[in-house]
Amino acid sequence: MATIKITSSEFIDRIVIKPLPTGSSYINVGSTERIVSASAGLALMYLGLRKFSMPGLLLGAAGAALFERGASGYCPVNNLVQKNSAKRPVNSSEITKSLTINKPRAEVYQYWRKLENLPNFMQHIESVSQTDERRSHWVAPVPGGVGRISWDAEIVEEIENEKLSWRSVPNAAVDNSGEVLFKDAPGNQGTEIYVIIKYLPPAGAIGTTIAKVFNPAFKQMVKEDLRRFKRLMETGEIPVSEAQPSGKQLTFNDTTHDKIEKEYESPML
Amino acid sequence: MKALCYNSVKDLRVENVPDPEIISPKDMIVRVTLSSVCGSDLHIINGFIPTVKAGDVLGHEFMGEVVETGRDVKKFVKGDRVVVASVIACGECHYCNEQSYSLCDNSNPNAYMPEKLYGDTMAGIFGYTHAFGGYAGSHAQYIRVPFADNGAFKVPDGLPDDSVIFCSDAFPTGYMAADMANIKPGSVVAVWGAGGVGQMAMQSAWLMGAERVIAIDREPYRLGVAKEKSKAETLNFTELEILEALKDLTGGRGPDCCIDAVGMEASGSGIGYAYDKAKQWARIENDRPLVLRDAIMACRKGGTISIVGVYSGFADKIPMGAAMNKALTFRMGQMHGPKYIPALLDHVQNGDVDPSFLVTHKMGLDQGQQGYDMFTKKEDNCMRVVFDPQMRM
Repeated sequence: MATIKITSSEFIDRIVIKPLPTGSSYINVGSTERIVSASAGLALMYLGLRKFSMPGLLLGAAGAALFERGASGYCPVNNLVQKNSAKRPVNSSEITKSLTINKPRAEVYQYWRKLENLPNFMQHIESVSQTDERRSHWVAPVPGGVGRISWDAEIVEEIENEKLSWRSVPNAAVDNSGEVLFKDAPGNQGTEIYVIIKYLPPAGAIGTTIAKVFNPAFKQMVKEDLRRFKRLMETGEIPVSEAQPSGKQLTFNDTTHDKIEKEYESPML
Repeated sequence: MKALCYNSVKDLRVENVPDPEIISPKDMIVRVTLSSVCGSDLHIINGFIPTVKAGDVLGHEFMGEVVETGRDVKKFVKGDRVVVASVIACGECHYCNEQSYSLCDNSNPNAYMPEKLYGDTMAGIFGYTHAFGGYAGSHAQYIRVPFADNGAFKVPDGLPDDSVIFCSDAFPTGYMAADMANIKPGSVVAVWGAGGVGQMAMQSAWLMGAERVIAIDREPYRLGVAKEKSKAETLNFTELEILEALKDLTGGRGPDCCIDAVGMEASGSGIGYAYDKAKQWARIENDRPLVLRDAIMACRKGGTISIVGVYSGFADKIPMGAAMNKALTFRMGQMHGPKYIPALLDHVQNGDVDPSFLVTHKMGLDQGQQGYDMFTKKEDNCMRVVFDPQMRM
């Protein structure tokens, strides 16, 4: 079997496989047009749904379609007539993170490779099921509990106990790709894992702005997921403390509490 | 159950809170028989350690009786008498493998908080703010002990509670201070702070072969205890110039080993104290490092500074020039409880050390505020107030 030699510093510059812009990141409506579409759509929805009547519902539905066109940046009509009013550079966002796990490399790799295990530590993934040797189906709840999104991914490269890379298949909800590297940590400290995730923001230029806002949160999410992975591997559990007794539950209605807390909280955090 | 909760700065209340439950298979539930106040609680109560919330149950130094065990708890059964390390450690990560338990990678569920503050996470501690894990504390009738096999220790039969309780925190902290101080036969050891941890550091210094032990404090009664119980020479820094006195006592060399058992809320006098107090009041500086400065200046060339007094953030005007040019060694940290506790229980059982003299006041939880006030103001020759949560209220 071929082995790859990689040092930590190389990891930073490593070029990973890029996600294909196909799903929600594919747009064919320009920015101005999208804003106009979305606002007009909202106005129509408001007008249409204000009263419950058949014409009102139709108006509302048209508004919803227009809003969807604006929000997603994708217009089926534009697609049909091969028109693309978006001038977009495709910039993928990238998240990198590494962590050391005090367990042998093979054990760490095998747990990760069994993709069904991933939701055990990936807080925002509901389930992953392997559909064939390379393909898997991912399901994630939408924040706020208003439904689910799902997509398929395929493993692009796999070197046992060393490397796993994947890419979402065309028309994914979020076009993404990534790579996980497994490396022996020096001094018998277990395994270093390096994770690189690239994803295309869901809506082109506007999406890039959104991604800039959300990327730190997403990065923190990846970081916390990896930490949960480490804890699960090392201790067999993910330690918690929130579900514990606190006087807060009973004195919460005392409105002075929040005020005191804010005044008190040190500016350091 | 009843629990003593933080409400706001210098305001504690006894609340009715839900009983703890087993959450993870390695948890156990302990019925608390004794739970001690600790100087480090004062930093929280006085508002110098952030991330405490109204309703948080305080207390981290305790012992009790096992009432329920999770399915993966192997060392204990219902009814066992245990003393529990204040620091929570998983026992599985690289740091735990090296017995650096207070550096545990895994026991702090709020790891992101210290990560921002300190650049990495450290172990969770019972009842010690959310940055240190947000675990409910021991000033309660019952407590959930995570990773029980690693953090709890069976108390040998026949040892009274009062002799054992401080094996949870004060004794291992003092012992670790002495352990880090590089004490050799012939060493002169100076200990700043003659409270519970300081007294334990003095007694541990003797166990490690110290030639002389010098206690520094400003409370005459605490220095009295240091003299009587910990066999130390005593210096009252309000009565004399401490640096000069330490030189005079040591043939002009200075102590070989300097232990800071005071930390961030040191008291003192003069311009340095006023400077730190003002900055701390304005929240510009978290820590008042008066003891640390004195220790650096007093320490003999090539000596060791061992810090177990708690610091939380930034400290100003540290004499780095003196530290560097005198080639001092610095060692510090929160105590690695499980590394020391079994040996300390042996010392107590053999009669080498009996920490029970620290229990000067025993109260029920309902007297929590009163207990802490007394401890803070050092009234009635108070060394430690210890709560008995089972006391009828």
